[in-house]
Amino acid sequence: MATVDLKDVRKTYPGNVEAVKGVSIAIADGKLCVLVGPSGCGKSTLLRMIAGLETITSGTVSIDGKVVNAIGPTDRDIAMVFQNYALYPHMKVYDNMAYGLRNRGTPKDEIDRRVRATAKTLELEHLLERRPRELSGGQRQRVAMGRAIVRNPKVFLFDEPLSNLDAKLRGQMRVEIKNLQRSLGVTSVYVTHDQLEAMTLADLLVVMNAGTVEQAGNPLDIYEKPASTFVASFIGAPPMNLLPAGQGGAAPASGAREGAATIGFRPEDAEIANAGDAPADALALDAEVEAVEPVGAESFLYCAAAGSRIVVRVSGRAAAQPGDRLRVVARAEKLHWFDASGRRVD
Amino acid sequence: MTPRVVFPNKFLPYLLLAPQLAITLVFFYWPASQALYQSVLKEDPFGLRSRFVGLDNFRRVLADPNYLNSVEVTAIFSTATAFFSMAIALLLAVMADKVIRGRGFYRTLMIWPYAVAPAIAGMLWIFLFNPSIGSLAYLLRWVGISWDPLLNGPQAMVMVVSAAAWKQISYNFLFFVAGLQAIPKSLIEAAAIDGARPTKRFWTIVFPLLAPTTFFLLVINTTYAFFDTFGIIHAVTGGGPGKATETLVFKVYSDGALNQLLGDSAAQSVILMIIVIALTAVQFRYVERKVHYG
Repeated sequence: MATVDLKDVRKTYPGNVEAVKGVSIAIADGKLCVLVGPSGCGKSTLLRMIAGLETITSGTVSIDGKVVNAIGPTDRDIAMVFQNYALYPHMKVYDNMAYGLRNRGTPKDEIDRRVRATAKTLELEHLLERRPRELSGGQRQRVAMGRAIVRNPKVFLFDEPLSNLDAKLRGQMRVEIKNLQRSLGVTSVYVTHDQLEAMTLADLLVVMNAGTVEQAGNPLDIYEKPASTFVASFIGAPPMNLLPAGQGGAAPASGAREGAATIGFRPEDAEIANAGDAPADALALDAEVEAVEPVGAESFLYCAAAGSRIVVRVSGRAAAQPGDRLRVVARAEKLHWFDASGRRVD
Repeated sequence: MTPRVVFPNKFLPYLLLAPQLAITLVFFYWPASQALYQSVLKEDPFGLRSRFVGLDNFRRVLADPNYLNSVEVTAIFSTATAFFSMAIALLLAVMADKVIRGRGFYRTLMIWPYAVAPAIAGMLWIFLFNPSIGSLAYLLRWVGISWDPLLNGPQAMVMVVSAAAWKQISYNFLFFVAGLQAIPKSLIEAAAIDGARPTKRFWTIVFPLLAPTTFFLLVINTTYAFFDTFGIIHAVTGGGPGKATETLVFKVYSDGALNQLLGDSAAQSVILMIIVIALTAVQFRYVERKVHYG
């Protein structure tokens, strides 16, 4: 059990490439922090710095209140699940899980007890005598989890652990990881580029872009109040509709924000209304349907409006057809405003 | 499963195989069968007539103390050469794996000795270790070792083993470097996080994963030490002093080509062939079991 604190952490690679440009995050004991962002945003580098696999150019990383900058990965008492699982191919599942315990000089019967207990939790008991190459992707993933859990470390680190699984398995494992993490109560840092994983797993969601933190907080707060156009378009699927506001752009008849350059609303916050039937402070757009995507429980209408593309979610089957003209209305309380630099205006 | 290739013409596959088969026939099966044939013949001193003597040649060779000495020399020489050339190459490869700047340059330098012909490698070592003019011999005497490989058998052995191992290091190095690069970095990182320090990581993760490479090199190096070191021994010691560095392959040459004992020499090459075949078979049968391929 431990807290993880990052204070102004920076990473500069040779040739002055700044991968991480001053990140400060405080993760409370037992919480799951998800770092999310597009590839190349520095999230994996940050995770590897917490693990001790990358040196820290400046700033501090503390685990349980102790600065670990100078401590190697071997002595940080962390466990990591790698994207490719990194199972030792020449060892049986049992030995893969026991390896870390043996290195730390745990007594043999204690190792056996813990490996078998962990295998039971993860339903790996029947696989203990197999080698990694005889396992399916999902099983390998579980072994990688087991290898992390069995050591009972201070911190779990996950580096895109589900990205090599198919969609269905990914959904299952997501729930399982969440439950395991909660029941074990081990502080965790989880890196992903999948916003759905990020939203569903995180206690603390950190959205990163180009080496900096765009926004950090509770996932639903971030969803409801994205701090920038980047966060607005990254979190949520399909992403928020963003339109140029002001002169010649889209704007409600009244109540426009001072200094706003962009106006946004979520696909599910848009309503289809009859012509002229909208409050004065709502955003009303004349849209032409370009494509309809029925998903079953809901449908997405891809439309052209005010010189941009927007997506509108309607529940159930959509009555609209490509080529139809609609009036799309987003109410004032559902509108998000951003200034010219992309920051939120409230 | 890859689909089977079907040739429209019945003879085309054989035609395509023919050059390879021809080379094997001419350069291996023909000389080998000649050796087999010669090994059961006895030739008169003038090489005019030969007569069938059955296994007499083999009996005489195996009863000859000189031959048994040569077996012992070969065992020591081959084991030492294979071991040192592989161990040093592995050490260098592990070191080279850690080099970040000038990696390519460093590796290129390491590979050069392989391009040196055996006889020249031998000459190089003669010059280095010659008791009267060798610079390394001078150094050895300076630290108090009475260095004289021309008279001292074990010292001569050290010299030929050094030369033979040195020449093979580059080759082994190349394979070890490739083998090390094929080990995913994340495995090493996982082991580090799992609490294994560098030495432990090497012996529990890296070395077992290198096993396919090591096994391949073991087979290659054994064969090398048995056969391809003739040039080095010929140049450095000529099998001497006494018969201290006379390996089996060298004895085949000296008995056959110098002493003109064709029957004995042929019998020896047949025995040598059997030894190497048996050794390789043992390696595949027992050592390979411990090797995991990916």
